[in-house]
Amino acid sequence: SQSSSLCKTTPSTAKSPRKIVFVGLEIHAQISSNSKLFSGSQVQFAAPPNSLVSFFDASLPGTLPVLNRRCVEAAVMTGLALNCSINKKSLFDRKHYFYADLPAGYQITQQRVPIAVNGSLSYSLCIDNKMSQMVTKTVRIKQIQLEQDSGKSLHDDTRSQTLVDLNRAGVGLMEVVMEPDMCCGEEAAAAVRELQLILQTLGSSQAVMAEGQLRVDANVSVHHPGEPYGVRTEVKNINSMRFLAKAIDYEIQRQIEELENGGTILNETRAFDSKLGCTVPMRDKEGQQDYRFMPEPNLPPLILYDAKSLPANMNHQQVINIDWIHERLPDLPSVKRKKLVEQYGILPEHSFTLLNEDGLAEFFESVVKQTQMKPKKVIGWILKDLLSYLKQHSLTVKESPVSSFLLADLLNLLEKKEISSTAAKQVLAELWKGEGKTPLEIVKEQKLELLQDQKELEQICQAVIDGHENEVMAIKAGNPKVLNKLIGLVQKKTQGRSNPVLVKQLLEKKLSG
Amino acid sequence: RDKPSAVCGVSAEARGCRGYRAGGGKVSVEVLDHLEHLALVDFRDAEGVERLQKAIQFADQLHEVNTNGVEPMDSVLEDRCLYLREDDVTEGNCTKELLENAREKVEEYFVAPPGNIPLPKLEERETFLQGSQ
Repeated sequence: SQSSSLCKTTPSTAKSPRKIVFVGLEIHAQISSNSKLFSGSQVQFAAPPNSLVSFFDASLPGTLPVLNRRCVEAAVMTGLALNCSINKKSLFDRKHYFYADLPAGYQITQQRVPIAVNGSLSYSLCIDNKMSQMVTKTVRIKQIQLEQDSGKSLHDDTRSQTLVDLNRAGVGLMEVVMEPDMCCGEEAAAAVRELQLILQTLGSSQAVMAEGQLRVDANVSVHHPGEPYGVRTEVKNINSMRFLAKAIDYEIQRQIEELENGGTILNETRAFDSKLGCTVPMRDKEGQQDYRFMPEPNLPPLILYDAKSLPANMNHQQVINIDWIHERLPDLPSVKRKKLVEQYGILPEHSFTLLNEDGLAEFFESVVKQTQMKPKKVIGWILKDLLSYLKQHSLTVKESPVSSFLLADLLNLLEKKEISSTAAKQVLAELWKGEGKTPLEIVKEQKLELLQDQKELEQICQAVIDGHENEVMAIKAGNPKVLNKLIGLVQKKTQGRSNPVLVKQLLEKKLSG
Repeated sequence: RDKPSAVCGVSAEARGCRGYRAGGGKVSVEVLDHLEHLALVDFRDAEGVERLQKAIQFADQLHEVNTNGVEPMDSVLEDRCLYLREDDVTEGNCTKELLENAREKVEEYFVAPPGNIPLPKLEERETFLQGSQ
């Protein structure tokens, strides 16, 4: 449910009145496609320099852009998933600026009429760092536009030169513009994380920040309530989710302090320095840019169709049908979470964690299918035991030495009361070694089976009772907690092979008599 | 500051606020300075500036046409079909050919100067525009 903003206004202090913070985002997501937006060169990370470059990408004279159908479909899918209106007619423009990794001297983008506008994204945050209280917020999506990526510059300051690799030049990007509805780093990070999950679910972008497939620029401004909007700075060069919240929060704080000290904020571009943990003015971005936007003369308008407007006599390959794409959208993360909660009776925050780790939800469902244990109990094993082990050893779910089959097997032993839960944890620890043993084999090896012989267990309980008169008297005097000590002693005698619940029952029975 | 409009490739700000067409078609020093920054063109002398002004006046004749209620045309191609290409890899792998054009290269990278070297401000550089009205 919507809640009023957590942090829209900073708290009032004696030194400074409260301030209103605006954070907007411009996110560039690399489209997941085989070839580039306007040329047939391959899209691939880490290839030999300048090996994935066509004559068009190198901006040689006489070359022309040819639009990649797959890139358009990716943008339409993303627009639909973000509740946007898809513009049935959108236009391409040239944005001019000089930089060595932009050989044409301009970038082909969509400035006048982008492919999608006026959408929204819902995301969730934990209040107070507790997973148990989550609040839903929404950020408006101003637009999504198709545009070219630039090449890569490697700065060699010692030799005072820049090395340019054009492999990335011309790769398709979707720029997603989020309105300044966010007010702190945490909100921005949560919104970006949800967008990342949506893009990965759609397959329109793999959105891996480490490989530059998802880049975020933040626009930050601060002002006093009632006063005109503050000057905006742009923070660039945020290349990991970890630094996103940090960079934005630093910039907010910097602006607040600057204003409190009577200074002014410059409308500038700043870069985040991850080592120093601060934002610094970017060199190379001096003065206001004049991009001299003009229509791209080599590309007619991009026309999209829906079921109603579908042309009768056109080649299918040349037609993109928005409704056809809409019908085939996969379940978005928010829908998947809801289904998990409804189907398995787990908590909403559990569903968030399941979807946050690649493959974890599938692993959970696979275990549930293979075990009699209730999903509400299975989730604990997944989120506490499995996930924490994976995190400790920096493994992905796919790399887990314990498969869903093995875990289900183990949980079945527990469910059938053949082992205690302590023993189960011991078996799991052994399974992590990945030596190929089954849970049953480990149980036998380490003699972890629960004693099935009721008589033997009763005898041991009696022996413990007989040997601890003082404790028995304490219990009978009305101190039930001492019973736990007796249970512990029975456990010790049975080397952990007794069911504590059963032991408690037996002891209580004997002591009440 | 708003993004520049797309008309004639000249920003609305330049046309409006900078007195672009003030005083009988004269181009202001600010606009000339701006053009020198953008295009790295040196107007060199009064004759160069005069030539620019004459070119602008020549193009201004377009404004004599009444275009009220007429959709601007981007290009003669605008009602053609935009061809959509299949997402196949058909180009690339011509590093050697591409680098043949490069004056300097380092291990298959193009070599460029270290970032953009900004043109110094008007007061700090030698240009005819200094001290002109």
